[in-house]
Amino acid sequence: MSKVEWEPVIGLEIHVQLATNTKMFCSCALGFGEPPNTRTCPVCLGLPGALPVVNARAIDYGLLIGLAVGSKLADRSIFHRKNYFYPDNPKAYQISQYDEPLCSGGQLGDVRIHRVHLEEDAAKLVHGGGSGRIHGSATSVVDFNRGGTPLVEIVTEPDVRSGEHARAWLTMLRETVRQLGISDVDMSQGSLRCDANVSIRPKGEERFGTKTELKNMNSFAFLEQGVKAEIARQIAIKEAGDEVVQETLHFDPRTGAITSLRSKEEAHDYRYFPEPDLVPIAITSEMLERAKAALPELPTQRAERYESSLGLSADNARDLSFRPEITPYFEAAAAVDGAEPQVVANWLLNELIPRLGETAPADSRVSTDAFGAFAALVGAKKITPTAAKQVLDRLVAEGGSPEAIVEAEGLGAMEGGDELSGIVDAALAANEAAAEKIRGGNMKAIGPIIGHVMRETKGRADGGEVTRLVREKLGL
Amino acid sequence: MSAEDLIALTAAQAVEKIRAGETSAADVYEAYRQRAAADELNAFVYVPDAVPDELPATDTPLAGLPLGVKDLFCTEGLPSQSGSKILEGYRPPYTATVVRNLQDAGASILGKTNQDEFAMGSSNENSAYGPVQNPWDRTKVPGGSSGGSAAAVAAGLVPWALGTDTGGSIRQPAALTGIVGLKPTYGSCSRYGMIAFASSLDQAGPLARDVTDTALLFKHMVGRDHCDSTSLDYPEEVKLPTAQRLDGIRLGVPEELSGEGIEPGVLESFNRVLDLARELGATVESMKLPHAPHALSAYYVLAPAEASSNLARFDGVRYGMRAEGTRDLLSMYTKTRHDGFGPEVKRRIMLGTYALSAGYYDAYYGRAQQVRTKIAEDFHTAFERFDFIVTPTAPTVAFGLGAKTDDPWAMYLNDFCTVPISLAGIPAISIPSGLSEGLPVGFQMAGPAFSENRILDAAFALEQGIGFDGSKARA
Amino acid sequence: MIDREQVLHVARLARLELTEDEVQSMSHELSGILGHIEKIGELDLEGVPPTSHVVEVSNALRPDEARPSYPRDAMLAAAPLVADDGFAVPSPQA
Ligand SMILES: [Mg+2]
Ligand SMILES: [Zn+2]
Repeated sequence: MSKVEWEPVIGLEIHVQLATNTKMFCSCALGFGEPPNTRTCPVCLGLPGALPVVNARAIDYGLLIGLAVGSKLADRSIFHRKNYFYPDNPKAYQISQYDEPLCSGGQLGDVRIHRVHLEEDAAKLVHGGGSGRIHGSATSVVDFNRGGTPLVEIVTEPDVRSGEHARAWLTMLRETVRQLGISDVDMSQGSLRCDANVSIRPKGEERFGTKTELKNMNSFAFLEQGVKAEIARQIAIKEAGDEVVQETLHFDPRTGAITSLRSKEEAHDYRYFPEPDLVPIAITSEMLERAKAALPELPTQRAERYESSLGLSADNARDLSFRPEITPYFEAAAAVDGAEPQVVANWLLNELIPRLGETAPADSRVSTDAFGAFAALVGAKKITPTAAKQVLDRLVAEGGSPEAIVEAEGLGAMEGGDELSGIVDAALAANEAAAEKIRGGNMKAIGPIIGHVMRETKGRADGGEVTRLVREKLGL
Repeated sequence: MSAEDLIALTAAQAVEKIRAGETSAADVYEAYRQRAAADELNAFVYVPDAVPDELPATDTPLAGLPLGVKDLFCTEGLPSQSGSKILEGYRPPYTATVVRNLQDAGASILGKTNQDEFAMGSSNENSAYGPVQNPWDRTKVPGGSSGGSAAAVAAGLVPWALGTDTGGSIRQPAALTGIVGLKPTYGSCSRYGMIAFASSLDQAGPLARDVTDTALLFKHMVGRDHCDSTSLDYPEEVKLPTAQRLDGIRLGVPEELSGEGIEPGVLESFNRVLDLARELGATVESMKLPHAPHALSAYYVLAPAEASSNLARFDGVRYGMRAEGTRDLLSMYTKTRHDGFGPEVKRRIMLGTYALSAGYYDAYYGRAQQVRTKIAEDFHTAFERFDFIVTPTAPTVAFGLGAKTDDPWAMYLNDFCTVPISLAGIPAISIPSGLSEGLPVGFQMAGPAFSENRILDAAFALEQGIGFDGSKARA
Repeated sequence: MIDREQVLHVARLARLELTEDEVQSMSHELSGILGHIEKIGELDLEGVPPTSHVVEVSNALRPDEARPSYPRDAMLAAAPLVADDGFAVPSPQA
């Protein structure tokens, strides 16, 4: 039997906590680490008789996400009740959306969006907490401060193909949402959460394999590791001739183990039905205009602009667009007179950032004006690359203006002419053997000669001009 | 004034007397409080020990008059148990909007009235706090689910009371106890703070001795509430009724709800009111509501489905009872809910859960919603030709305690004439039309959405002509 | 008809314990009620839209303005079991 090549098929379900002032269906302020149960009211505690009322800003934010991922915004959408019992679910139903969500379809990068909908977050259940035990058994304690926080759920089509892909795409989504200014999108704080539906199929096969749902991967690295581990687990099962079982799984990043969450329990039957306590959401032109006006340039759009109007390479465009700590720095530096965007991009990504370590460029001593001016000098060949690195070292260490450093250190590029010609002559004389090899056609031997010139000129000579002179002088 | 004289006054008359200084709100309150405290009908589940220290000012619209409040309205600091053991002793931290509105208008709560558990029932026999007796005959039920409110008003234990109506829970007990009950247009009164049975149907409404009192109480209940998304601005001021005649009024009598299944004595009383209506200038015509006979079936899918979800929050975690001795989460849930809910509530939770469960939704819930559309259309069409649709409120007079408890569907048939109107979300009133076998009969009149002023006016004209005497029940 | 197995399944979904007697009577009573309800299956409802609400309004929205939450003590007052300022339950992981 020939070995089957497996293709992973992965869909992601992302929950984003919205940074509104109040909860989804009541006027309690959102909780931020206050003492337990100090941010509750009859509505978010599910008291008898209490009724939900939709937070207008949560709708606006949901629309912003929908626009940002190219979704179709529904003219009319409704809320449904998703019924299940759990101590962190006070009404024993979650108000969510089902077959008439706020937004459907769309695409971000290379992954299609299935739907975007609004719902409410669960409360926090502290396991094994409590000073006591109930009849000798372990107790958990519920804190309802988080309960009812507005959530946007984003469901992708199964277009993700690997753990790395999942991680890269989620990073793109995070930056997109961060740009909208509607969420902290911090995985470690739970304001961005991601579950993955994972299946595998023989490459070339159309039909999907049985999928499992992988939960609670609370960092980008764990998402990548978890998905990888689950793919490996499924391949091992199939190759042993067994079948993957549809179930909900938990990835333990410490051990790398994947365990089943609800093996005993019956399949869920959420008994969705339209929430009778709420009326439909009908997107008005006013709501739509407001959302469109609030929509900033998104990372994907920015990357496109960097490529098409600034002429950056695709890789550089992506790098600069999806990294919020460097995007504004790049834009400001590239706006300086004479600074070419591609030169700014190269020197920012390849030279400045590695020199700064943990420090963001904006927090360094190198101002955007200085860096732009520096790029202008490099672009105009007023300093050689070698000299430029020295100038950059000084900028990082002390700040100041690049022109002043060049002036003070005499690092300006030499004009061609007699002085350089003389130095090249001297270098050829000092490296007879190398000169002989070059004459014989071996240009690689030019290294020692260029090295000699650079030493003599403290790096101010232009490498191209030196090579030209060498060839001329050796009659090539 | 003597306590006896005070009790003989309608609420509107009592307000006048208080305003005129002929009596005081405190005297009226105490006269009723003593009667309510001595209640032998089990109409009240809570009555305070004394007159409140501070009563509303006499220049408020309701002048401090006492009010009976159905148990399921949340009242801050007062028991609010919805007739259920699972909420025994529960005192909520907030007050229902409708109660708050009435308090703002000068009502003072006299007590909480008994009801069928979670408003599920038509006889008040489903209360965890015991059945309520009908003041016309102590061996009979008062109807339900607002049976405590109805019996209390009929027996003169309180001038008026709040009830709720999901499929007939105000109108049917009003009919069986010889008082007036109004189920308002869905959305006209806030549901915030009403312990929910079926959210898309529940409406608060007044139960009172006569049509004028009904209008006066209703006037101060209505209005959009920012805490209830389904509440609406009432489009006009609610007026006290004045009409003496029914000239030009067209009454439609649906064949489906005025023949088969209605007791002869009830039909006789109904027909006498139709004759009276003609005398007062109305035209009366037989007509059809083709889908009305299916209303009960649709209702017994939709209401239990919503209830199964609404009652899921009673899980022993945040309030109410928790079964003793459970060690694990699952048995805490299942045992608490087993011990806390009565048989009818369990039945409806089961029915509703079943109707919503995987594989059955379309056949039950989906179809029931379609039937609801057809029923609403039937009424819509009818109101092109008629001002009001009239029927007997209930097919029988008050029946014996225990007579129908063994057959759920027989009990459900009590609401045969009221449920179609509930599904359409339109308003309807029940007024006493007379007695049959010594027991009160109700006459129901339904109109288009927000036609309460016109309904109250027409009901007032009929009331004058009928001249029903309810004083026997207050004796 | 709704048989014993279905009753037990639905009771489990509804988190409702039933005694053996209750299972029996529930099966009997629910079957009776469903027998009446199932008559709506005979109606021709092809193309009829569902009505989940008679109220024809949309966008009943609330401004995103915070109001004071309730005091914790008032909210914990009715709880059957309180621990660490929260609502205590048997641990779901037990
Ligand atoms: Mg979700
Ligand atoms: Zn709240």
